Amino acid sequence: MQASSRILRAAVKRTRPLGARQNHSRPQDPSSSTSTTHFGFRTVPEESKESLVRGVFDSVASSYDVMNDAMSLGVHRLWKDNFISLLRPGSKGPIRVIDVAGGTGDIALRVLDFAREKYADRETSVDVVDINGEMLKEGHRRFKKTMYHDTPQVAFQEANAQAMPEDRFPSNTYDLYTIAFGIRNVTSIKDALKEAHRVLKPGGTFACLEFNKVTNPVLGQIYDQYSFSVIPLLGTILAGDRESYQYLVESIRRFPSQPEFARLISEAGFATGGNFEGDGGAWRDLWGGIACIHMGVKV
Amino acid sequence: MSLPTISRRALSTHFRIYAASTGAAFRHQTRSLKTTPAYPGHVPLNWFENAFLAAGSAFMALADPRRGDMVAALGETTAGPALPRLRERMLESAEGRRILRDRPRVNSSTVDMDKLAQLPEGSFGHTYVTWLERCGVTPDTREPVHYIDDPELAYVMQRYRECHDFYHALCGLPVSVEYELALKVLEFANLGLPSALLSTAAAVRLTPAKRARLLSEYVPWALRCGARSLITVYWEQRWEQDTKELRRELGILDPPEPKWRRPLGEAKAAAAKRAQAQEMAQAQAVSQ
Repeated sequence: MQASSRILRAAVKRTRPLGARQNHSRPQDPSSSTSTTHFGFRTVPEESKESLVRGVFDSVASSYDVMNDAMSLGVHRLWKDNFISLLRPGSKGPIRVIDVAGGTGDIALRVLDFAREKYADRETSVDVVDINGEMLKEGHRRFKKTMYHDTPQVAFQEANAQAMPEDRFPSNTYDLYTIAFGIRNVTSIKDALKEAHRVLKPGGTFACLEFNKVTNPVLGQIYDQYSFSVIPLLGTILAGDRESYQYLVESIRRFPSQPEFARLISEAGFATGGNFEGDGGAWRDLWGGIACIHMGVKV
Repeated sequence: MSLPTISRRALSTHFRIYAASTGAAFRHQTRSLKTTPAYPGHVPLNWFENAFLAAGSAFMALADPRRGDMVAALGETTAGPALPRLRERMLESAEGRRILRDRPRVNSSTVDMDKLAQLPEGSFGHTYVTWLERCGVTPDTREPVHYIDDPELAYVMQRYRECHDFYHALCGLPVSVEYELALKVLEFANLGLPSALLSTAAAVRLTPAKRARLLSEYVPWALRCGARSLITVYWEQRWEQDTKELRRELGILDPPEPKWRRPLGEAKAAAAKRAQAQEMAQAQAVSQ
């Protein structure tokens, strides 16, 4: 009985196509079978990046706004104002906005204020989405100090930018998708872009404000020194947490460059400007590339 | 916050990126020798970062006294030549040399509290444990050293930090600000660390009455105390020694009578209650 089954097995083996190599490999190394990704300058298994990032933001949430002001010397406010004035929410009537990785509500508040002040628009609504509950709590707290608290104009939702549940975020719903200083923390940028494409209406705008590569070498040197010397120390001094801020500055270096990111955006199905910087281009550098705005329109 | 064990690479604070403009971000990455961590937890700093942290931690320690890590950082960034001098002092005495060789650490796993509590009353070990209970502190709250480059000097700094409670117990002083400052003056006079002197700036946080008492009674006392360098004392080998005799040997005079928040008897009762509660919690955890 065993002999016959052995012969059968051997016969089956021989019927393999000639070109196929005999698989004499050793059992697969467990570490190589899990894919890895970067977490700052470290290499980590892909599944754990999300929880590592969550750890970082849980830890920085309560001092996030203070730290932003300290690290950028207040300049992040200028960048965000610039971002909003480029988008002009409310200029074509009330819109539905989704602000992803919007935790503490900086962008959401600016959108609503802009629509209200420039266009007397009180119908534009913003859904603030973040994977981290602590950050959303901070955002909710901040909004309680404004006139938008408890109105249909703002809603806070906890979700993963790479996989937003369809029941809460149906396809083709939003006119504007914004993500400010958040996309470099997602494990798979492509998935986040795919989701962005899904939830936007055709003709809707994708807008991303993110730290990016500085092209000017002199500015680059100064920026590097500042990032790696001062920022982790500010984290140590103000927040008692060096590692989170070390991660933040490292993650900036790991993010794809401006043309590369523009390519990813257009591959996700967005129409972007030309492959250059500035008006009409796919991206606009702010402060020499320290921050950058990428925009695209869903086709 | 809890992150998985951080590899040494991740602790680098310097690097040079020779990045190609097309965005292949890490074609070539080098790291200067100075930035490799010399021991776990080491964060190498250049002169600018050191100065920045010194200034920042000084400000933060004064603004928020609960930031023990900032006081620690201030001590490390301002230590300068004082640490090598302390090491010299340790190398000059046999006891100090034994400490440098053994590198004993002081925390609740290296110090057997129960054994010390059983020592005769009046012995240094007993005094220490009683003092810990009375103040409601444990030896586990000391921040590890991060910013000293030489591992041996980092140990000297760690030892200094961990022995602070021994000075408290030896002198019989509680943990309130005014007695901490009195001890800082004693430490500065005895050991010469600049941060001990800088810490006295916290006197601005005291009420005028306490400040007056500090200046008029405690500072003269601290300055009159003996010159035997306290860093050379191998405290762990002196648990059985009588406290008064130890004080005489080291030249520590009796301090002015401190005002304790808790009388001795009450502190003992509170400690016993805490121990009981802990036992019950442990038993519950085991049974679940």
